[in-house]
Amino acid sequence: MSLLQKIKNDIVESHVWKSIFRHGYEDTPRNRVMMVTANVFLHLHPAKVRRHAVRMRFTWCMGGLTFLMFLITAVTGVYLMFYYRPVAEYAFADMKYLETDMPFGMLMRNMHRWAAHAMIVFVWLHMFRVFLTGSYKPPREFNWIVGVLLLVLTLLLSFTGYLLPWDQLAIWAVTVGSNMARATPLLGYEGPFAEFVGANPVYDARAFLFGGGEIGPHTLLRFYILHCIFIPLVASILMAVHFWRIRRDGFSGPSL
Amino acid sequence: MAEAARARKLPLDDKIHTWPHLVRMEFLVALFATVALTLWAMMVDAPLEEPANPTRTPNPSKAPWYFLGLQEMLVYFDPWHAGVVLPTLIIVGLMIIPYIDINPKGSGYYCFKDRKYEILTFFLGFHILWIVTIIIGTFFRGPGWNLFWPWQHWDPHKVVALTNVDLPYLLGFRDYWVSAIVGLLVVAAYFVFGIAAFYFWVLRVKGREFLERWGMVRFTLTAVIFIFMLSLPAKMFLRLVFNVKYILVTPWINI
Repeated sequence: MSLLQKIKNDIVESHVWKSIFRHGYEDTPRNRVMMVTANVFLHLHPAKVRRHAVRMRFTWCMGGLTFLMFLITAVTGVYLMFYYRPVAEYAFADMKYLETDMPFGMLMRNMHRWAAHAMIVFVWLHMFRVFLTGSYKPPREFNWIVGVLLLVLTLLLSFTGYLLPWDQLAIWAVTVGSNMARATPLLGYEGPFAEFVGANPVYDARAFLFGGGEIGPHTLLRFYILHCIFIPLVASILMAVHFWRIRRDGFSGPSL
Repeated sequence: MAEAARARKLPLDDKIHTWPHLVRMEFLVALFATVALTLWAMMVDAPLEEPANPTRTPNPSKAPWYFLGLQEMLVYFDPWHAGVVLPTLIIVGLMIIPYIDINPKGSGYYCFKDRKYEILTFFLGFHILWIVTIIIGTFFRGPGWNLFWPWQHWDPHKVVALTNVDLPYLLGFRDYWVSAIVGLLVVAAYFVFGIAAFYFWVLRVKGREFLERWGMVRFTLTAVIFIFMLSLPAKMFLRLVFNVKYILVTPWINI
């Protein structure tokens, strides 16, 4: 036995190694299954999948890519959070600082923004693909509903993030996008029948969203918390349900 | 199909190991997508304009691109309808798809022939109405939300004649309350005739047996959502061809 082989054996046979890795790496059917079932991340998958679930022609990879974009925005988002303060006096200056002075700041910001846009495109294409293959049909009806909720959350994630740079593009796009809330029937002060409920500019659906009658510092903080904590948390829970359901119901495909 | 597979001596189980087949695929796609995104992010900078200024409204003020379909609908409907009711109906309409579609065919494979009407409806809603309005809102709308060609200069002083009139006025009604009643009748007639036409159309292409299997609830939900969806192109047509502003005018709501 060569020295190298002996060192390798000593490591793989050690107490520490065996406590972490439960199985060998030789290409045996048992190890192939263990690779998935003994790994918390890969355990999202079943140990075996139907043949066409692997084909890109069938899946377009869109669900997976949407999830990847979510992960990328989460990682780059944490990096951006280190340098950004959701306070009206600082927010824009922090953007400039982040873009010009922080190592990889501009790259992280760009990746965050483009991944967010790509996530929207991918989630639409994913819905289109799932529709085309009829994958919402029994027993997967409920998972389609979870998917629609995730689609809405994706749009809201992107929309709340749109405000954070605190530049002209941000506040006016969010103003235009949120003005609809002002017109909610009964609940918005410009909406039909608002006078019967008593909605007014500082006490209606949009004011609830903005944290005040007009877009301002309070809105920035509110959108920041929605963007960084609340919506990602809800989306993560729904994603867990979404993936779990795929695993339980099996990957859709033609009957054998 | 199981019998056919048995006859051809194919395995009844077409499963393969997730590791390495699926994991390998996911890894490669993730790697490729991450590299592509990184290269894109190195070449194209995210926009950052001047600091926020609540006293200076840009013209045009556009929502983020994925909401421009909704903003484009504001041209044709009031905000409470285009911004609240229709988006809610879009979300609800999407959610009920698995429950109103009882066609057992076309599950798990691509096929147009087995589910022609389902796919055409999705195509109309998603590709035509949603994507096209986003494209119009993004590339064809300039100052004052007026129409401009993408290569045209955005003239903020472009003169657009305000020739739109309400439908009852166009029909010759001048009295306020008579107009309101006429408008209400037109809207009600749109839904009654729309749903009736939908009923007879389903009866013709699918037959009575299908309608019975489909059930009253599924039919009504589908008909209402479908007629609501068609109200957008219907209103667009009335606006663009006859310059109709509103169909129904009341002190509370306008449609």
